[in-house]
Amino acid sequence: MINFGYTRAATIGEAIQAVAGDPQARFIAGGTNLVDLMKYGVERPGRLVDITRLPLKHMEDTPGGGLKIGALVPNSDLAYDARVERDYPLLSSAILAGASAQLRNAATTGGNLLQRTRCYYFYDAAAPCNKREPGSGCSAIGGVTRVHAILGASSSCIATHPSDMCVALAALGATVHVEGPDGARTVAFEDFHRLPGDAPEKDNTLAHGEMVTAIELPAPRFGSNHSYLKLRDRLSYAFALVSVAAAVELDGDRIAEARVALGGVAHKPWRVPEAEALLKGETPSPDAFGKAADRLLEGAVGQGENDFKIELARRAVIRALSQAAAGTPQVQSNKIVN
Amino acid sequence: MSPAQSGSAPEPVSVTLSVNGQTHTLSLEPSVTLLDLLRERLHLTGSKKGCDQGQCGACTVLVDGRRVNSCLQLAVMKDGAEITTIEGLGTPDRLHPMQAAFIAHDAFQCGYCTPGQICSAVGMLGEGHAHGPEEIRELMSGNLCRCGAYTNIVDAIEDARRGREAPTLGTPSLEAAE
Amino acid sequence: MSNVHPYVGRAEPRVDGALKVTGRAKYAAEFRADDMVYAAAVPATIAKGRIVALDLSRALSAPGVLDILTHENRPEIPESDEPYLNDMVAVPGSPFRPLKDDRIVYGGQAIALVIADTHENARHAASLVAAEYEAETPVVDVAAARGEAYDTFEPRDGIPPPPPPRGDAEAAFEGSAIRLRHDYRVAPEHHNPMEMMATTVVWEGEGRLTIHTKTQGVINPKNYICAVFGLDPDKVIVNSPFVGGAFGMALRPHYDLMLATMAALKLERSVRLVLTRAQMYTMGWRPDTLQTVALSASADGALTSISHHAVQATSRYEDYQEPTVNWSGLLYDCPNVSLKYELAKIDTATPSDMRAPGATLGVYALEAAMDELSYELGIDPLELRLKNYAERDGNDDKPFSSKELKAAYAQGAERFGWSKRSPEPRSMRDGKELVGLGMATGCWEAMMQPHSASATLSADGRLEVACGTADIGTGTYTILSQIAADEFGLDIGDVTARVGDTTLPMAPVEGGSWGAASAGNAVRAACKALKEDLLKHARGLDGSPLSNAAIDHVAFANGRIALGSDESQSVSFADAVRASGQAAVSAKADFAPDEDFSKKFAAYTHSAVFAEVKVDEELGVIRVTRVVSAIAAGKILNLATARSQILGGVVMGIGMALHEETLWDKRLGRVVNANLGEYHVPAHADIQNIDVIFVEEDDKANPLGVKGLGEIGIVGAAAAIANAVFHATGRRVRDLPITIEKLL
Ligand SMILES: Cc1cc2nc3c(=O)[nH]c(=O)nc-3n(C[C@H](O)[C@H](O)[C@H](O)COP(=O)(O)OP(=O)(O)OC[C@H]3O[C@@H](n4cnc5c(N)ncnc54)[C@H](O)[C@@H]3O)c2cc1C
Ligand code: SF4
Ligand code: FES
Ligand code: FES
Repeated sequence: MINFGYTRAATIGEAIQAVAGDPQARFIAGGTNLVDLMKYGVERPGRLVDITRLPLKHMEDTPGGGLKIGALVPNSDLAYDARVERDYPLLSSAILAGASAQLRNAATTGGNLLQRTRCYYFYDAAAPCNKREPGSGCSAIGGVTRVHAILGASSSCIATHPSDMCVALAALGATVHVEGPDGARTVAFEDFHRLPGDAPEKDNTLAHGEMVTAIELPAPRFGSNHSYLKLRDRLSYAFALVSVAAAVELDGDRIAEARVALGGVAHKPWRVPEAEALLKGETPSPDAFGKAADRLLEGAVGQGENDFKIELARRAVIRALSQAAAGTPQVQSNKIVN
Repeated sequence: MSPAQSGSAPEPVSVTLSVNGQTHTLSLEPSVTLLDLLRERLHLTGSKKGCDQGQCGACTVLVDGRRVNSCLQLAVMKDGAEITTIEGLGTPDRLHPMQAAFIAHDAFQCGYCTPGQICSAVGMLGEGHAHGPEEIRELMSGNLCRCGAYTNIVDAIEDARRGREAPTLGTPSLEAAE
Repeated sequence: MSNVHPYVGRAEPRVDGALKVTGRAKYAAEFRADDMVYAAAVPATIAKGRIVALDLSRALSAPGVLDILTHENRPEIPESDEPYLNDMVAVPGSPFRPLKDDRIVYGGQAIALVIADTHENARHAASLVAAEYEAETPVVDVAAARGEAYDTFEPRDGIPPPPPPRGDAEAAFEGSAIRLRHDYRVAPEHHNPMEMMATTVVWEGEGRLTIHTKTQGVINPKNYICAVFGLDPDKVIVNSPFVGGAFGMALRPHYDLMLATMAALKLERSVRLVLTRAQMYTMGWRPDTLQTVALSASADGALTSISHHAVQATSRYEDYQEPTVNWSGLLYDCPNVSLKYELAKIDTATPSDMRAPGATLGVYALEAAMDELSYELGIDPLELRLKNYAERDGNDDKPFSSKELKAAYAQGAERFGWSKRSPEPRSMRDGKELVGLGMATGCWEAMMQPHSASATLSADGRLEVACGTADIGTGTYTILSQIAADEFGLDIGDVTARVGDTTLPMAPVEGGSWGAASAGNAVRAACKALKEDLLKHARGLDGSPLSNAAIDHVAFANGRIALGSDESQSVSFADAVRASGQAAVSAKADFAPDEDFSKKFAAYTHSAVFAEVKVDEELGVIRVTRVVSAIAAGKILNLATARSQILGGVVMGIGMALHEETLWDKRLGRVVNANLGEYHVPAHADIQNIDVIFVEEDDKANPLGVKGLGEIGIVGAAAAIANAVFHATGRRVRDLPITIEKLL
């Protein structure tokens, strides 16, 4: 870890100013990702701007019946919040499927969105990596790729976004509130993270100095017809090989609306509206879910070692949708997949 | 000291925090983690370093009552915080009930993950989401134990959770210790 | 903690428990000195080649930096291998030494040591050391090196090469109707104890050093350091009272020890070096091993041949060996056995002993093959083992000193409910999950080593026993206290056990499960000697009621030495001590294994492991829902710590079966998952019910009847789980770990 300077920001404006005016500066919130990366020399900020004292720790109901979550709300508070448990249990579940209880206590809503990939080579400061050092090459391609992307990858980068929470946010259709030197804006969740293309150093569409201030959820729907299913290399405290956030709205025995997002498979939570549309009006069945899964996974390619993720994702989508349709969501402490 | 005083030394930051009820006012470089502050500067070595990356839980302490991985916390960011470490939970003469339960269930071998397990368990019971072994296992999964004491740890926590008297070791039959 | 004798055999709480649960137990990186500075090792970024140039300028001008050691500027160290071979666990070859020269022989090798005033400044400056390399292409994959495998190595001390063939395995195999031959691979593993390697060297002045280092035996780092740096052994103390897990990795001295000592000697001040978790992957590991097992049997299930061949990775510079295939010659009764063990060199650090080295790998392959054979034969897997039960060690053609494996099979099967197993694969279900029941046998050698110990009774009635062995979590402090308390009829609270210091009586490294038997018997012998001395002093008292008593005629209890025939005739411990004219009476004793006995008998511990798994077949999710491990290991000194050892072995076996794999990038030659986030060891959620049974076993190899428990728990565990996965799914996965994709 290299030495760095430290600024404790008292206001949002001050924090944004401090980062925007210094290309080497970064915000720090829970620190659970940034401090780790700094120890590895992956991130080498000259200055950290501590935003943890900013007034972004609240959750408020929105006029439209939704919920606005401050960027500094810790992951665990969000997951266990009574409103979230009642109205957005999918989000609750996804958060609880990630990291560990201690990490969730420290990690923040904003930080979770901005956590960086777990690609082995990104972490190995001695290996070429386009995301870490643009233009240096991608060591993962042709290397150990078990954990890498099967969708939306490029010849520059095959990394995945590691967040569980974001998969649920994608499925729920959240909006990200951003504030920067030029004022505030909102970004639809699907436009927040990006695919690597030829600029994998950019995980998302934030400009330097822009701060996530809140996440907004639309009015609740889906009731108990949801599930977050995470498959990984041990039964807890491991990143997803594949995860699925699924939710359906039933109209009698037919699906009125479905949402499916995949985690662990792409540079961003993977959602394909056309796949969801295929489920409209269908009666829940493995067959119908399989068709949606195929559409969702259209164009998927493996790197060899991770080819299995394509089939695994397909099966996981079917199972998660079945759980959602049956109203029997996966319980994260119960390791039996129902 | 040799040639080395040059280079850009980071500005130290003034921090006041309380550790196990004792207030410390310190001037710290920003790169000092809470764990290293505890271990190397305050000589509270009960909090362990098992990875320095948030991947093992050995460094778990309570910050304002919440369990966190102290290896990923920058000490300068904890200005005003109240920290409780394993040393603050109990002493050999006055064990915290969780500490006593760990001994009673032989919930450790080498003891290196143990302070983190105990702080984590105390934090977990405070959170109020662990209602039985299955939930304990899930919510304690951030604390690895390479000695593999998991089943005993869960038994110890279950006893402490129910506040019941842990069966004492020393009985001649194994059954009784289970 | 009542004063109820005997303590031995009970589930006595750990005597060091209170220190551990309150954070007061001190590990190597937790000692300090006022003049202490911090070191950080800089890892090489290539795996093979040489350093062409080092640029230290930026690092040297970083804040707080005191010095940087490299191969170019380090103090002299001996050229010849001799001094380094003082490592008593060294293997044939030329031991690695850090900063030796410009050669890089494995990924992550230390190329510089930065010493600075604080941990943070050392870490910062370490990131500024720049190196230029001339890289060569590394080979880090034993499969790629297999073509150059050889068996012409010099045998490693204490590791028997495979015995010569018996019978004609090839012919018997060809002539048998029922036969199978399969390849098995277990992924390379790292020990990953929770405590990282660390050394704190305290500069005591005038060339005196006190070294706190993570070790499984203080004498080893002491001998090594004294030889390498030419230090006077009288001026060096190695002290390591607590060890945060080791599992074999702290048997040999590692580069933290040598570098920290080098820095302390050069700077003439105290130095601390703690390796990073990533650097824990730049040293010993469980070697990548390719195995082939061929079995044949007659239709009734009697084995007609066993062939077992292993090719195991070692480093370029040493021929590390472990007994991998030998188990196949002694676990079952079989007339035709052919065993072959070869090494293949790759560009990694030398592998090292890791919990039940050799057996963990070899017995897995054999027991997986036995399971396969049971299906071929249509015989219950347990039945097949009983059918081929060995009453003698076929390798050495000796009887066993004791072998209650049959009892272990029976009690384990009973507790587990083996009889409820339906034989067909895929025939048992629970909801969406397939249920599988599997079993395997485990075996480990019961070893002993010469140990010395002392016992000291002071006038205040406190007893101290001491032995330079280690307690790496196994419970040594506790069992030594139990043994001593029983000898003197003392409350265990009045006994102090000391280990982990070179000022204590000599013991070798703690490994191979010989600690309890060796240190325990040494302490017992020291107590017996002390009792003789005390009695002598008691007899010499004016008007002593014991004046004519022989040791067999007195009892030590309640703080007194009393006549067995008339308890009222007694002398207090305090008076006996006072009669010596000293504040305390001390005795020392040596324990050595009985060579005659080991010539006559083969001594092994055994286990029967039963595992239940539940598998979501569609998704490949495996849950190990139940394990019963029935152990036959002689006398159990402490039921609680013994049980914990077995639990730990089983958990590591679950890791081996399902989770653990060190991944090297074959192009870069570096471990890509050198951390606990991506190298998965089992977490709480992975572990459910584990039941341990100790069967009665009476062994005469040593006075305590102890065989040792550190390794046996893991042996067979992975095979039992893999066999259960087959029973559940009908899929035979022959390369561990069984990760999700292998079941899809
Ligand atoms: C061992 C381990 C296991 C984990 N497992 C999982 C898992 O299974 N699933 C999962 O989803 N996550 C997992 N995580 C990741 C964890 O969720 C993230 O580290 C965490 O959410 C990051 O939040 P933070 O507040 O600590 O971010 P920080 O570390 O403080 O910041 C992360 C990044 O976000 C930026 N940032 C922070 N806040 C803002 C803001 N408001 N506006 C703009 N930029 C901001 C920072 O500059 C930095 O670049 C794991 C982490 C660890 C260490
Ligand atoms: S996949 Fe992306 S993050 Fe990984 S090495 Fe390639 S460029 Fe870097
Ligand atoms: S040391 Fe902090 S989690 Fe491992
Ligand atoms: S007791 Fe050793 S790691 Fe848990």
